Amino acid sequence: MPELVNIALLSFLVVITVVIIRSRDLFTAVMLSGIFSLLCAGLFTVMDAVDVAFTEAAVGAGISTVLMLAALSMTNSKEKVHPTNWGALIVAVLTGALLVYGTQDMPAYGDPGAPVHNHIAKRYIETSLVEIDVPNMVTSLLASYRGFDTLGETTVVLTACIGVLLLLGGRRREEDDHEGS
Amino acid sequence: MNIDVGLFNYWVVVFLMVAGLYTVISRGHLIKKIIGLNIFQVSVFMLYITMGKVSGATAPIFSETATAYSNPLNSVLILTAIVVGVATTAVGLALAVRIQEAYGTLEETEIIEMDGGE
Amino acid sequence: MKGHDILRVTAKALIPLILLFGLYVQFHGDFGPGGGFQAGVIFAAAIILYALIFGLDEAKEAVPPRVLELIAALGVLLYGGVGIVTMLKGGTFLAYNALDPAHPTHGQHLGILLVELGVGLTVTAVMCAIFFAFAERGRRS
Repeated sequence: MPELVNIALLSFLVVITVVIIRSRDLFTAVMLSGIFSLLCAGLFTVMDAVDVAFTEAAVGAGISTVLMLAALSMTNSKEKVHPTNWGALIVAVLTGALLVYGTQDMPAYGDPGAPVHNHIAKRYIETSLVEIDVPNMVTSLLASYRGFDTLGETTVVLTACIGVLLLLGGRRREEDDHEGS
Repeated sequence: MNIDVGLFNYWVVVFLMVAGLYTVISRGHLIKKIIGLNIFQVSVFMLYITMGKVSGATAPIFSETATAYSNPLNSVLILTAIVVGVATTAVGLALAVRIQEAYGTLEETEIIEMDGGE
Repeated sequence: MKGHDILRVTAKALIPLILLFGLYVQFHGDFGPGGGFQAGVIFAAAIILYALIFGLDEAKEAVPPRVLELIAALGVLLYGGVGIVTMLKGGTFLAYNALDPAHPTHGQHLGILLVELGVGLTVTAVMCAIFFAFAERGRRS
């Protein structure tokens, strides 16, 4: 049974999501998504994932918000209003109903006997201190046991940098040249 | 069927997923779509981290007084996912800036019109 | 933000503390929450704060974009280099035990330290470079 803090934070998250979707002013939406990330960081802390909370707070509420504001400052920040797209809404609600039906099979929140805790995770928790001698199990997993994945992730970050520099780093075309490159 | 209230976390995850999906497919402004994509990504993170929590356990950092630890594996996967998410957001925003410079607008319907309509 | 004295004075006091905290998070990732990614983002936040308050040109003088591109590549090179070194020393790719055959745990410590350093360097440089690219593009309009 999730605790009261959990339920309160999740409810805030739902409210903020609804406001983000409905707001036409994109500046509001970006600021609210920064608050959304901060609430998620709080939730991750309550759920014992402190490294993830740290990263989400720094990246989501920090870098992501700054980049969106930078992009928004170069464009117009009001969204055009369209009539409600009923097809999209029906598809979304149907998908949601199916997924909720699927969650009936999930183990209860916090159940120590769930399958995810009983195979390789148990082995990592027991032997991490002996084999690697690093107290933070997440770091030992990230850098040593699953180090190859982290190499891939770092390469993805570098690739994103290359992509952004290719797109935005060159000289901007002057006004009299309207053809896209 | 009897509804188990211990699943409240998962229902919020499903709601966020559906909200993100709806934003991406129904809104026309490109930056709104990117925000919707971020909401979708966060819902997936929430799903994984919820699965990793063990009641009565503490964070997966070794300490003398702890009896049980929450699952570290979920945290590791989501750490990578968060960083990859911000990388794709940055590239998406860079593309949006270039589209704005080329077409003068970020509304999907207007861009399709300018391209000749299809 | 030339006329905002409060912001300038506060930023001057805060930026060194943020950088120091970033260093702390980088090297204490073994003992508490932290590690390469978080530290990289915190470093980048300090540099972005400097750019916002004191001007993009001053920030580009302090941290030139060319150097940022170099550091980003250097971080990934460091990570891959550790893997190659372990292979040269007889182990498999990224088997840190091979770094110090007499004491495997020392090898693990060294390997994790270098690898997290590489990650931190890359993430810092990439976040700063992306911000500078956006800001430079926005300046012309």
